[in-house]
This record gives sequence, structure tokens and C-alpha cells, in this order.
Amino acid sequence: MTGHARDVDVLIVGAGPAGLAAGAELAAAGAGRVEILEREQEAGGVPRHCCHGGFGGRLERAAHAWASATASAYAQGGTSGPVYARRSVAAALDAGAELRTGVTVTGWAGPRTVETTGPAGVERIAARAVVLATGARERPRSARLIPGTRPAGVYTTGELQQAVHLYGQRIGTRAVVVGDEPVGHAAVATLRAAGVHVVALVTDQPPRPVRLRSPHTPLLTAATVTGLTGRTRLSGVALRHDDGRTTTLRCDTVVLTGDFVPDHELARRGGILLDPGTRGPAYDAAFRTSRPGVFAAGNVLHAVERAEFAAQEGRAVAVPVLHRLAGTDEPAGGGRPVVVDAPLRWIAPNVTGPDGARPQGDRFVLRTMRRLSRPLLVVSQDGRELHRQRLLSAAVPGRPFHLAADWTDHVDPHGTAVRIRAQ
Amino acid sequence: MTVTLTGPLPSEQDAEGTYDVTVVGAGVVGTAIARELARHRLRTALVDASDDIGNGTSKANTAILHTGFDAVPGSLEARLVREGRDLLADYAAETGIPVERVGALLVAWDEDQLAALPGLRDKAERNGYHAARIIGADELRSAEPHLGPGALGALEIPDESVICPWTTPLAFATQAVRAGVHLHLNCRVQDIASDAEAHTLTTSRGPLRTRHLVNAAGLYADEIDRLLGHDVFTVTPRRGQLIVFDKLARGLVGHILLPVPGPAGKGVLVAPTVFGNVLLGPTAEELDDKTATGSTADGLDLLREKGHRVVPALLDEEVTAVYAGLRAATGQEDYRIQEYPELRYVAVGGIRSTGLTASMAIGRHVMGLLAATGLDLTEPRPLPPVTMPNLGEAYPRPYRDADLIAGDPAYGTLVCHCEQVTLGEIRDALSSTVPPHSLDGLRRRTRARGGRCQGFYCGAAVRALFEEARP
Ligand SMILES: Cc1cc2nc3c(=O)[nH]c(=O)nc-3n(C[C@H](O)[C@H](O)[C@H](O)COP(=O)(O)OP(=O)(O)OC[C@H]3O[C@@H](n4cnc5c(N)ncnc54)[C@H](O)[C@@H]3O)c2cc1C
Ligand SMILES: Cc1cc2nc3c(=O)[nH]c(=O)nc-3n(C[C@H](O)[C@H](O)[C@H](O)COP(=O)(O)OP(=O)(O)OC[C@H]3O[C@@H](n4cnc5c(N)ncnc54)[C@H](O)[C@@H]3O)c2cc1C
Repeated sequence: MTGHARDVDVLIVGAGPAGLAAGAELAAAGAGRVEILEREQEAGGVPRHCCHGGFGGRLERAAHAWASATASAYAQGGTSGPVYARRSVAAALDAGAELRTGVTVTGWAGPRTVETTGPAGVERIAARAVVLATGARERPRSARLIPGTRPAGVYTTGELQQAVHLYGQRIGTRAVVVGDEPVGHAAVATLRAAGVHVVALVTDQPPRPVRLRSPHTPLLTAATVTGLTGRTRLSGVALRHDDGRTTTLRCDTVVLTGDFVPDHELARRGGILLDPGTRGPAYDAAFRTSRPGVFAAGNVLHAVERAEFAAQEGRAVAVPVLHRLAGTDEPAGGGRPVVVDAPLRWIAPNVTGPDGARPQGDRFVLRTMRRLSRPLLVVSQDGRELHRQRLLSAAVPGRPFHLAADWTDHVDPHGTAVRIRAQ
Repeated sequence: MTVTLTGPLPSEQDAEGTYDVTVVGAGVVGTAIARELARHRLRTALVDASDDIGNGTSKANTAILHTGFDAVPGSLEARLVREGRDLLADYAAETGIPVERVGALLVAWDEDQLAALPGLRDKAERNGYHAARIIGADELRSAEPHLGPGALGALEIPDESVICPWTTPLAFATQAVRAGVHLHLNCRVQDIASDAEAHTLTTSRGPLRTRHLVNAAGLYADEIDRLLGHDVFTVTPRRGQLIVFDKLARGLVGHILLPVPGPAGKGVLVAPTVFGNVLLGPTAEELDDKTATGSTADGLDLLREKGHRVVPALLDEEVTAVYAGLRAATGQEDYRIQEYPELRYVAVGGIRSTGLTASMAIGRHVMGLLAATGLDLTEPRPLPPVTMPNLGEAYPRPYRDADLIAGDPAYGTLVCHCEQVTLGEIRDALSSTVPPHSLDGLRRRTRARGGRCQGFYCGAAVRALFEEARP
């Protein structure tokens, strides 16, 4: 490639809720030239195609307390994804951030220099600080190793929502939705909107005491998808129930929902350390990655949280970025890794912060691989117990739960990794 | 240029409405034969039951351009693989089909396998391949640092290469069609009636008359052969399931990592692809269903177990695709290529697990056999040169090409982000000589939708472009 080279103060990769919020906050704080790059033709990220409400509504307790400390540019009360996306874009532009869409960051040309491709050509952009806000995606059928034939009619929620809400494409007549997390219910809503009959919602998890919405759709619990059938078009989804029974649900469409994975390609191509649990960049309470001056925010850090949570992270990243620009940031490298033992799946942040800094909302976010009823979480380092905490409710897969962060100042900065286990 | 997809077959052939030659099957073998025929002033038809070329076994293999070092010495296959390799390597350089000479390592994991390496080297010599070399554990480890523990040594085959399996038959078909061959898709041959003058093929799109006939129907070559009254071979499918790992895994594997062959055949390999992924497979399962191209839980488990031994870190990487192909086994360790002069017919059957490599040599070989069936080939003429769009990671891709983008911003507009496929490439594929008729066909021509997200981001956008161009 040959192309132009430019300099900016802050370069933000990805114009979803996290990147736009970071851009708005940094531009408003006078960070200088703040540029947001988005590879889609339109900015806004995933909310662009989530045509249901529930965006930017009331926040959970601690997150809300955190958000009110910084003046939120977002309306209170839930709104639809596209409206939320438009507001987020307007907030970033109003604050003075530059936004370029249809421009993809394709790689690195230096520690804080990226290579881009867009209709106007290829470029190199060097920044004093980079914020990765590249989001997350659902694992497709292949990554889930679902055997069988390879017919048409197999979707993730992301593809389904775009097909229906952005392109008005025909989907099918009878669909099975795999996954009982909130996004699975969003898929049901989209299918209904497209006039598709939803045969069942299927989950390999055991039945839950309290059910989610979608009262019109049968929920099959403790059922694993064992294969797909059909030649050119899907004809069925084969299931095995926990008691050994097998069935095949007849359908021409299947939507595989949830099972999010951070879009970490750019981070990894840059040699930035990943956390083995989240599969996003390893990061600390100041959203610092393993590379000085490269920060990350939003779902790239921990797969899927609510949009407003990603936006909060975007706003929160502004403070450490400003420190970086001012040369008042802590030297990197002091953080200890925070690791979890199975059946816990991951924790975020997963590096302890500079000088015992607390994560956003004063708590860590965790996920579990299987349901744990009121687990006792124990934090230790080199055999020394730092903290124990009993959860008041069950921890279930696919939903976040939290660990208080008041032990972080007891971490030995020269010790080994901090371990979290559930009892 | 004639490519037809629906409706009755054109009868603008000769006075009697007869083609000189018809090739049944537009896989890599059939398209290679059609391309050879295109050199001659003949009325040639290439027909396929599917809506695309290369839609059978040819789309689902391990994409290795073999040296033939391990073929059965003296067999027809050994010769055609050796010749085909050189022909295809040259052709690839000429047309832009991506090839990478990564080399292969036959890794010995125990003393018995280590002891087998010299014999394999000698066999390679007997196959005319002289560059094979035995290397020790240390050299092996520095060549492949991510190899699992316990590897004792390896036989190195420096010339084994990887190639693009989709661009190859597409190049053949494109060149053949541009030189005047008629390509008829969705055209299944159901019956054949032969008389002294010609064969009349009953196809799903009506009758087709042809003086000479080439059967390159892959898994169904035995059935076509039976329609001509023969009962010489039976094709049984041998399924190979494969797992494709994400491009971020590419750094884990430098060579094609082969097991030392045992009684169960070539075994499961780990290999780079020209697209920058890593392949794990194939299985080898004897089946009786020629349509059983599905994957199975057992197959995938087996692959993961084998892969874990060879490159443990591979299993932590994201899986991009899972697929299966069917080899055409005939119970004989060789191709079943046979001419029948009295019938003006050539059967090209049993093109087992090396047909991609051998395709061009098979094409030439069949020309000789057709001449022996009385076909007057006349003086060959040069074919119009073709340049294929590059799908390979080792060669310049449009999204990085500043000059190309300056000339046409569509090459700077990315549609499929995982595979970095641009609007310009999709547009070009949709208006090409042999255009795709399905999203999968478009994927094989551009890689759009073929990456790690499998359409989460771009699926709907790619579908919209496809439907706009081919309503
Ligand atoms: C189906 C679905 C339903 C949801 N429903 C809700 C809901 O009801 N309520 C709610 O609060 N949350 C919901 N969410 C979650 C919410 O959408 C996410 O939390 C939020 O979008 C995350 O924001 P983000 O900025 O981290 O990532 P994203 O929104 O994913 O944005 C990342 C952006 O980065 C861009 N990008 C990536 N790589 C590059 C690159 N190399 N160059 C340039 N640009 C790049 C992408 O194109 C994308 O626009 C839902 C999510 C999904 C998938
Ligand atoms: C798992 C696997 C791995 C392999 N790895 C390699 C490798 O690394 N290197 C290598 O060189 N080779 C490899 N091969 C072998 C190679 O893929 C095959 O030899 C080659 O693709 C065979 O091509 P073909 O044209 O004979 O058959 P096909 O590609 O199957 O083409 C036959 C065509 O005939 C058509 N057809 C069938 N019946 C009819 C009919 N009645 N009327 C009209 N059309 C009909 C079909 O639609 C099909 O398109 C591998 C094969 C497999 C399965």
C-alpha cells in the first residue's frame, strides 16, 4: 500500500455505543483532534439494527450511581436501538468529535499507528492515544461445532436483525431460536416482526425458576442441538434432551443467539495481550491494554453487556486517556492478572488497576459456565485470602453478576495472579 | 460466450443439432478437459447437474497441490499427479490462481513411524521426487515451534504447496467459455441413447446430441458409465470432514503437517490455506450415500483429538467453517480412465484424492484418448489469456491497493469485514463470465461471508447485493 499519513490526538476504532460515547466525552473535554472510525456506512454499532426498546433506560444501581457522576448525554428512559444509535452519533458530533464511516481499520503500522481502507483510499493514522471499541459478535454455527448438512436458513441474531430491519429481506416460515438469553428473545421479536412462526426457543440450560418474556413461544430447556438437516434449505433442528430423548423440530430457519465473542482481531493483530476468559484484550480499571497508550472499551472487553453499559465504559475511558495525553498517567505494567477458576467463566476487568484503582461502579463483572445458587466468591493471591462474598441470588450463564472491588488495595503488586473461585 | 442455466438447450449446433464433444460434469476435472477441448475448433458442451461449476467434490477438499511423492509408483495416478502439478503450478502463475509453496512435513510421533521415513523417502524417489529429506527432532521443532510434544523427526517435502481450490476450476471454466465452449448448468444427464452417429443425452433440460462423450461426473461417473452399457467400476463415497480455523491461527502452522501414512490411508493433516486459515482434516469414512456431505459429532470429535496432538494451541482458536467432501473411491488404487473408440466415449472415473492436482494432466491425457476415439482435434490454437481475481493472502488484495482504489472507490468499500472483501470484487464476480447463482457460489468467488462471523456483520448486505444483481 501507499497512501496518506496523518496525525490525530485520539483515534477511536468503532462507532458503536462505546466508541461514540468515548468520542463525545473526549472531544467535550478538549482532548484535541478526536477521530472515530467506523467501517459500516452508518455509525451506531449494533443498536442500529435492534428495533426493540430497552436502550439507554434505567441503569442498574451501581452503574447508575457511576453514570450520574458524569453528565450523561443520553436520554433517561428506554428507547429503541436505532433512536439510541442516532442520539449517540449526534452527541459525539455535537461535542466536536470527527466521525468517518465506511473506513475500516485493517491493521497496525506502529504502536499507536493504524492502517485504514476506505473509498477515498488507504491511510496511516498515528495517534497519541488509541481506543479500541470494536464490539462483539455471536459465534456462528461453525464455531459452535453443530454438525449436519450446510443448508441455507441458518442465522445469528445480528444477521437476522440486519436482514429484517435494515434490508427487509424474506426470512422463512418456521423458525427455531437457540438460546434463552435476552438476545434470544430479541431474535423471537424480530422473527415475529418478519411474519415468521417461532416453533420453539431452545436452551441447553436447565429450567429456571423465573421465566423471561415471550409467553407465546414454547421454551425447551435442557435440550442440546445435535445437528441440522436439509439439503439446500434447512429442514430441521435435531435435539437431544437431558434424559436421552431425541427429537427433530421441523423448521426452515434457525437462529443461533448469544455465545458472544469479542471482536478482538485488531487487538490481537497488534500483539495486545488477551484475557483467556473474556477473549477480549486484558485490561485494568483504567481500561488500559498491555500496550501503553492503547485503551479499550465496550463489548470488545467482555462480550455482551447492555448498550448503556458499553457507553458508560466509553465515557469512563476518557479520564485515563486524558491522563495519557497530559503525561500524568501511571506507568503501565504494575497490574496483576485476575483469573477465575471453573465453573466461573471470566471476570472483567482482569488486571488490577494502577495504584489499587477501582473498576467502574466499584465492582467487577463476572460470568459463570453453569448455574450456581448463591455462590460464595473467594478472592486470594499467593494463598492469601483477600476477600469473600456470598451472592444473594443465583448466578446463571449468559448473565452478569458482580463482585465488590474493595479488596483491590490489598493486592500485592509483586505477587502472582489474583484468583477468584466460587464455592 | 454461452452459459445457460434454464430453459431448453440451444440447438444452434451443426446441421443435425449435434455437438462434437460433450463433457458431463463441471468439476475441476471436467472443466480442465473442457479447457483443453477449447483449444480446438470443435463444438463443445460442458454440462453439470448443479447450478455452478465446481460444486461437487471439487469445492470441498484439502486444497493441496501435491508433488505425488507418496503415489503408487508406476500408476497412472502417479504420472498424472506429477505432470499435473507442474502444469497447474505454471498455470497458476500465469492466471493468478493463488498458490503457496509451504512444504510438507510427515511427522513421526513414535519409533515405528520414524523407522518408516527412509522407506517413504525411497518411494518418493521412485516417483521421481528427489528433494525429500529426513530431519531430526530439533530441526523439526525449530521449523514448527507449536507442534505438540513428542515429535521425533520428519520427512520434509519442500515442494508440497497449497492452492485455491475454487479459483482453479473457475479459471478453467472461464477460459473454456471465453473460447467458445457452451456451459449448461442445472443440466442433469438422466439417460443416454447411442447410435452409430451420436449420443443423445436425456437431460433435465431436454435432449442434447453429441458425437463424442466424456464422462467426468465424479461420484456419479459409474452411473453414467452404466448408461452406456458398462459395468466396470462402482464409486463408493469416502467422506472427509474438515474443520477450518480462523486466520488468527495461521501463525501456529508453517507447513502442511502430515501424519506418517498407516494402513488407514493418508490420515488427518493440519495445513495452512491460501486464504490464511488453518485446516484440520480430513476424516476417511466409507459410506454408501453419495449425498452425505454432512459433518458428524463423531467426526468432529476425532478431528479435534488428532489436531490436539499435532498442534495443541490450534484447538483454542475460533472455528470458521466445518465441511465435508466425498472422494470417489472405486476399490482400485488408481484412476479409472478408459477410452471406448467404438462408442466415441471416454470414462474419467475414480479421480480419488488427487484430482485437483492432476486435473490439467488428466485434461491432456483425455485429449489423446479422444483422438483415439476418432475425434479430429485439428490444429490447436492458443487460448485467450485469463486473469483471475486474487483470493490469496500472500498476494495483493484489492483493499490494500491504493492505485486500484484511486481508480475505482468500490475497491475501497469493504462489505465483508472478516475477509476484507470489497464492493468492487463482489460486483466483478456477479458480472463475470461464469457468474455465481447462489450465495455460496459468490463466496467461493470472493470469500464474502466466508469468514469468522459467517454473516453476523455482512450477511444481509451481501445477500442484498446478490439479489439486486440476480433477482
Ligand atoms: C441482537 C442484540 C440485541 C441487543 N439488545 C439490547 C438491548 O435491548 N438493550 C441494550 O442495552 N443492549 C442490547 N444489546 C447490546 C448492545 O447492542 C451492545 O452492548 C452495544 O452495541 C455494545 O457497544 P460497543 O460499542 O461495544 O459495540 P458495537 O455496538 O458492536 O460497535 C462496534 C463498532 O465497531 C465497528 N468496528 C469493529 N471493528 C472495526 C474496525 N476494524 N474498523 C472500523 N470499525 C470497526 C463495528 O462496525 C461496530 O459498528 C443487544 C445486542 C445484540 C447483538
Ligand atoms: C476430503 C477431500 C480432500 C481432498 N484433498 C485433495 C487435495 O488436497 N489435493 C488434490 O489434488 N485433490 C484432493 N481431493 C480430490 C479432489 O477434490 C477430487 O479428485 C476432484 O475434486 C474430483 O473432481 P471431479 O471433477 O472428478 O469431481 P466433482 O468435482 O465431483 O465433479 C463432478 C461433477 O459432475 C456433476 N455430475 C454428476 N452427475 C451428473 C449428471 N448425471 N449429469 C450432469 N452432471 C453430473 C456433479 O454435479 C459435479 O459437479 C480431495 C478430495 C476430498 C473429498
